[in-house]
Amino acid sequence: MKRFEILKKRKLNNNITWLVISAPLVARKAKPGQFIILRTDEFGERIPLTMAGHDEKAGTIDLIYAAVGRTTMLMDRMEEGDCFADIVGPLGKPTHMEGLKKVCVVGGGTGNALAYPIATGMHRHGIKVDMICGFKNKELVILEEEFRKGTDHLYMVTDDGSYGEKAFTTDKLKQLISEGHVYDEIVAVGPPIMMKLVCQLAKEHGIACVASLTAYMIDGTGMCGGCRAIIGGENKFVCVDGPEFDGTLVDWDELIRRNAYYAQQEAHDRAHVCRLTGGVRYHD
Amino acid sequence: MINFAKQKNPMPEQEANVRNHNFQEVALGYSPEAAVREAMRCLKCRKHPCMDGCPVMVRIPEFIEKVAQGEFEEAYQIIRKTSSLPAICGRVCPQETQCEGRCVQATKGEPVAIGRLERFVADWHGANYGDEEILPAKSNGHKVAVVGAGPAGLACAGDMVNKGYEVTVYESLHKTGGVLVYGIPQFRLPKEIVAAEIAQLEAKGVRFVTDALIGKAITVDELMSQEGFESVFIGTGAGLPAFMNIPGENLLEVCSANEYLTRINLMKAYLEEYDTPIMRAERIAVVGGGNVAMDAARCAKRMGAKEVSIIYRRSAEEIPARAEEIHHAVEEGIIFRYLTNPVAIKGTPEGHVTGIECVEMELGEPDASGRRRPVEKRIHGLS
Ligand SMILES: Cc1cc2nc3c(=O)[nH]c(=O)nc-3n(C[C@H](O)[C@H](O)[C@H](O)COP(=O)(O)OP(=O)(O)OC[C@H]3O[C@@H](n4cnc5c(N)ncnc54)[C@H](O)[C@@H]3O)c2cc1C
Ligand SMILES: Cc1cc2nc3c(=O)[nH]c(=O)nc-3n(C[C@H](O)[C@H](O)[C@H](O)COP(=O)(O)OP(=O)(O)OC[C@H]3O[C@@H](n4cnc5c(N)ncnc54)[C@H](O)[C@@H]3O)c2cc1C
Ligand code: SF4
Ligand code: FES
Repeated sequence: MKRFEILKKRKLNNNITWLVISAPLVARKAKPGQFIILRTDEFGERIPLTMAGHDEKAGTIDLIYAAVGRTTMLMDRMEEGDCFADIVGPLGKPTHMEGLKKVCVVGGGTGNALAYPIATGMHRHGIKVDMICGFKNKELVILEEEFRKGTDHLYMVTDDGSYGEKAFTTDKLKQLISEGHVYDEIVAVGPPIMMKLVCQLAKEHGIACVASLTAYMIDGTGMCGGCRAIIGGENKFVCVDGPEFDGTLVDWDELIRRNAYYAQQEAHDRAHVCRLTGGVRYHD
Repeated sequence: MINFAKQKNPMPEQEANVRNHNFQEVALGYSPEAAVREAMRCLKCRKHPCMDGCPVMVRIPEFIEKVAQGEFEEAYQIIRKTSSLPAICGRVCPQETQCEGRCVQATKGEPVAIGRLERFVADWHGANYGDEEILPAKSNGHKVAVVGAGPAGLACAGDMVNKGYEVTVYESLHKTGGVLVYGIPQFRLPKEIVAAEIAQLEAKGVRFVTDALIGKAITVDELMSQEGFESVFIGTGAGLPAFMNIPGENLLEVCSANEYLTRINLMKAYLEEYDTPIMRAERIAVVGGGNVAMDAARCAKRMGAKEVSIIYRRSAEEIPARAEEIHHAVEEGIIFRYLTNPVAIKGTPEGHVTGIECVEMELGEPDASGRRRPVEKRIHGLS
């Protein structure tokens, strides 16, 4: 097993891939909700990804990523046996679980990949977990089997009704609450706009709400301040103070703006993604 | 023979208007002739006040005497006895407040150019003996760990390995060097020089583990109880950037110097073949007056900004950056706005920066640090 070698690669849908990677130092201490920062090769960016799972004995970690830009598209071109240049972690605070009895986890789109270790981790910890998975349509559905096995109840919804129930995740959540389900906490993971709405709903019902934030990151150790977000009127660093925060305190509009900042430069970068195997970039 | 010149021998540099468009080293170093000439300015003072100003007590008059005699390798070996990183220190130490600040020559003119001589000697050694084989130090059987591969960690590793300890250095970033690689830019300290110093440590037997965040992946307790280290040196640096807590700090084009410099220096945003995205703007304001501010401003200029201003709340007298950096920044066209303090950053509703609002300051009574405290004069706009 080489350092940071891809041991297994599995496509979950057209856009989302599951990797198992050797990273014994990270696997030793990993906890649900924590993430790593990786670099594909010498020329690559450092990007954060949540650990979808880990195996301490085997010395491996699991990543589930969506190919949305240059780095993740480069990752699509790496094969089993290829190695990442760098993986550092575990970073961030683990998911808070103490004292919780029953929670509802709400995942939207790719956010379901990030919700997966949180929901199943809570379930393993003995917390009752209702899971709402929302997708645009049937083609995009991922991890259904895994969620069904790893949580107490799975509610599958799609925007267009092509799979499961036709509903938005917020509609489903509203329905569950009005039917009398009682939750100690709601966890929202997905597009910021969905998290914002879920948190509003939770607040209306006086339920605690946790959101897992994504921000641009470089070091992941509190050194650069690039990942800052306004929480309760104060600047916090998502990498060390988060990534999970009280969702009712998040300044969502600011977060959405900052996450779009490099979009233009990066759209340009996506236009020419090179091939990357055996640690070598091929410009085609 | 003593050279009675009152001024330092000048060091050749890249032309200001050429170098502010590239990332190659600004100062080009002494020729052997210039180094010998400069070394002859040293008076070999009995009490060597220069040495008292040096944190690692480099035997300054002794090494300079060797330079004057043209025995450059001997000079290098003298420096090396007390300093692990001569090529780096010669370039970035604040000599004017340390060794050169105490030099007796400074009372009547300029001090002996100790920093430039140190740099010359180290570079000369690198060019002539750089690929000499280094034998691993003989082990004394004791294992020690160093956390953080910045200058503090590297210096500690160097001293320990020379004494025979088996040293392992853990670094959380993907590259070793700390601020030397992620903060200080290529044009001031070429990364090849840092790499060469680190390669020497490796050759001596120091083991480096990158991507290892101590405290998270392994705790200090575990280093001692499970990994068998008898002692752990923690050199994790200053860490967190301080924001000013003024309105508008989270506008899109506002970032800490740490982030800006890391993207450029560690992540090489100035090179086409790297993926790192970077903020680009025509007019950039840098708040602060230390080395970090100078580096950020000079990088901004090189990244293509038309107008770069340093905003500093005290006057030119108090500015803390190395004298050479300020001098270079001025030459490169950086605008200095002294006695100016930002109170708010202005932006559009979409979050883009449009300007910075400042107050004019004047100097009042000295504060606890002995520097005169800046106090507000009146509001004016700067956009
Ligand atoms: C703590 C944390 C955990 C994460 N976990 C996962 C995960 O498990 N799986 C996964 O697929 N993604 C995850 N992300 C998001 C992931 O980091 C980004 O998708 C990735 O950086 C994109 O890099 P890229 O170069 O491929 O795309 P880019 O070209 O950099 O970006 C493509 C698009 O994605 C947006 N984007 C870029 N970076 C981020 C970001 N950090 N957050 C939100 N949007 C971003 C950009 O605005 C752009 O529109 C996580 C982010 C954080 C901060
Ligand atoms: C832009 C800039 C320019 C400067 N210019 C000058 C100058 O010209 N002259 C001068 O004298 N001084 C200068 N300084 C100051 C000088 O660089 C610092 O005083 C010096 O770097 C401190 O060294 P250090 O080894 O303590 O810390 P650092 O250089 O910060 O190194 C600490 C290292 O520890 C690593 N680390 C942190 N936490 C962990 C962890 N938990 N586990 C593992 N690794 C960890 C970090 O990634 C880093 O690599 C400058 C500083 C900056 C930022
Ligand atoms: S104080 Fe100046 S002149 Fe005297 S020994 Fe030191 S460097 Fe030479
Ligand atoms: S990523 Fe740099 S401080 Fe959070």
